[in-house]
Amino acid sequence: MTLMYALLALATVAIVLAVLYRPFGDYMAWVYTSRKDWKIERGIYKVIGVDAKAEQTWQAYLRGVLAFSAVGVLIVYTLQRFQQWLPYSLGLPAPSESLSFNTAVSFVTNTNWQSYSPELTLGYTVQFAGLAVQNFVSAAVGIAVAIALVRGFAYRRSGTIGNFWVDLIRGTLRILLPIAVLGAIVLMIGGVIQNFNGFTTVTTLTGGTQTVPGGPTASQEVIKLLGTNGGGFFNANSSHPFENPTPWTSMFEILLMLAIPFSLPRTFGRMVGDNRQGVAIVSVMAVLYIASFSILTALESAGMGTAPGLAGGAMEGKEQRFGIIGSTLFATTSTGTSTGAVNSMHDSYTAMGGMMPMLNMMLGEVTPGGVGSGLYAILILAVIAVFISGLLIGRTPEYLGKKIGPREIKLAALYILVMPTLVLAGTALSFALPGVREKVESTSIWNPGIHGMSEVLYAFTSAANNNGSAFAGLTANTPWLNTALGVAMLLGRFVPIVFVLALAGSLAAQDKVPTTSGTLPTHRPMFIGLLTAVTVLVTALTFFPVLALGPLAEGLM
Amino acid sequence: MNTQARGVGRTVWVAIRAMVLLTAALGIGYTLVITGIGQLVLPAQANGSIVTTQDGDPVGSALIGQSFSDEEGNPLPEYFQPRPSAAGDGNDGGASSGSNYGPENEDLIAAITDRKTQVAEFNGVTESEVPADAVTASSSGLDPHISAAYAAIQIDRVAEARGIPAAEVRDLVEAHTQGPDLGYLGESRVNVLELNIALNELEG
Repeated sequence: MTLMYALLALATVAIVLAVLYRPFGDYMAWVYTSRKDWKIERGIYKVIGVDAKAEQTWQAYLRGVLAFSAVGVLIVYTLQRFQQWLPYSLGLPAPSESLSFNTAVSFVTNTNWQSYSPELTLGYTVQFAGLAVQNFVSAAVGIAVAIALVRGFAYRRSGTIGNFWVDLIRGTLRILLPIAVLGAIVLMIGGVIQNFNGFTTVTTLTGGTQTVPGGPTASQEVIKLLGTNGGGFFNANSSHPFENPTPWTSMFEILLMLAIPFSLPRTFGRMVGDNRQGVAIVSVMAVLYIASFSILTALESAGMGTAPGLAGGAMEGKEQRFGIIGSTLFATTSTGTSTGAVNSMHDSYTAMGGMMPMLNMMLGEVTPGGVGSGLYAILILAVIAVFISGLLIGRTPEYLGKKIGPREIKLAALYILVMPTLVLAGTALSFALPGVREKVESTSIWNPGIHGMSEVLYAFTSAANNNGSAFAGLTANTPWLNTALGVAMLLGRFVPIVFVLALAGSLAAQDKVPTTSGTLPTHRPMFIGLLTAVTVLVTALTFFPVLALGPLAEGLM
Repeated sequence: MNTQARGVGRTVWVAIRAMVLLTAALGIGYTLVITGIGQLVLPAQANGSIVTTQDGDPVGSALIGQSFSDEEGNPLPEYFQPRPSAAGDGNDGGASSGSNYGPENEDLIAAITDRKTQVAEFNGVTESEVPADAVTASSSGLDPHISAAYAAIQIDRVAEARGIPAAEVRDLVEAHTQGPDLGYLGESRVNVLELNIALNELEG
């Protein structure tokens, strides 16, 4: 029965995404290649002072990304620091400097790590005017960067890679906003709330009292998922009945998270003029996604460990309406897409089960990854895979007609190094710095022993990969973790983007080399296998030691 | 150098205008439109699926679990009991949360052991009959549902406490048992608040 339900749920996801793949991928390709601006877009360009017809060099494109994100951090930080004077602040004071910094960075970098408990910390205005806005635009930035890289492959002898402002506005207006409006209505039909009622008190059936929360939730919920952001309106995130009331809304939320990342490979294939290339990329994503879901579901259903064994099932931290499969499908999706929303508490998963969300992130968020970031991350891995196979067969590596020379492979290699460095250094420093270690052990860690180490490892993995989910027992609202995780989020987002855009510029400047009999075809099963293996190997070699100290040790003891 | 600095300055100025414009459109405009649609077209859901008794008194939300205990926190035998909750002092709608205890946490192991004994004694069943959801805290701390199995072991105790035939209670539980959505999404479940309201109304 369990197996049946799991297969049917997976089949639902597969069928919907397969149906969406072509039309939605083609639509997004049109969005970013169309020469025509909408009237409203022309108005926006006029107001913000942008020449929409002028394409940018990679440096100018990068300046746009960085300036726009810096302004975003400043606005979200300021809104929080002035919270007590904002309307609908629900009487809540301004969060501390370190928390405001962490939250601002978190939402601008598309991470949505939450060191705070929303209903106890943030009023409505910060949420809808600060956080929800970043949920839209950080997603649009992610897609824009991916599209710029795709243009690098598609263009010949070009000094430019597109216009950041045009990509930003089009992605927001033509892709995210229309789906968000429709999706919010669907969620409200399912029971997600949308009001400005604040907290109301009701007298319960037994004569006690209960607080019922309010808030503009549906509008934020939909973009939280569609933009693979993940920051919950409530502390319990998508397990809160007001964010995710039924099993079918949960499936809908899963599809929202997957729609863009799984369709972008089609956009990529379309823009480079060979749809088979997109199919190869999406195949790798799908293989890893299905494998991860299967393993996690098997582990949670088996319910190994003392507490799950005693209870008769791994239901601690899971909602009855979702059950185990509804929880594992959501967890696989959320950690594989860099969303970080949760409809169950990963901290309470079985030891080995809890490792799977971590692994999804450690893969570099490519199963299928966040909006845009998933595509550019896997294209970097494809460059590495092509390079490795080039070494094996002794030819100059090339991908999509572009030579992978020293500059390209250096940029790709640097990209690969950023995330593991942040994860491992952040975790190590948390336990190595005198003063910090005591604080982490006494205040931050919730579960003692090995599991506590896993909580810290999970936090840095989540931050550096811009995921945002947590082993949520961890108290992260401390000066050290707020700052260190904030820095990990910033560097984990923008340092790779620098390398991606530099790579885009370098590829766009090249002419295409003609295909010869010595060219490695990158649309065949052999390349799909190679790319899958490279993705898994890079991760396994980097993270096996630290996983052995954490979840593996706990699970095997 | 000077042109470079001017370029950066101009970019920042574009960024500021873009962010202000997008905040107005996506932060305020979009939120108001969705709120308007919710309040006009779907007011029941948008305001929290509040349920009322036959007399029209609001007693909570159909989506938010509540406790059925006396002031000391002892479970009331005449009501179906919900799952354990880690939200505040239990089912606190202002502080949703799971326990976040790991699988080997001693406190969790002790809590599950205690709950198992308590639930078994309270309902007069053996510990092996107590299902997992009865002894584990949910993810939100506000789970409005219990499993059909947990409802089943509570039927006799509730019937006895209310002095009504167990068959009548069983019929009511059956009527309030919801299968998986579309037949395969999620789990079978019983909404505790709705079931308890129906029980009260049964007696009139």
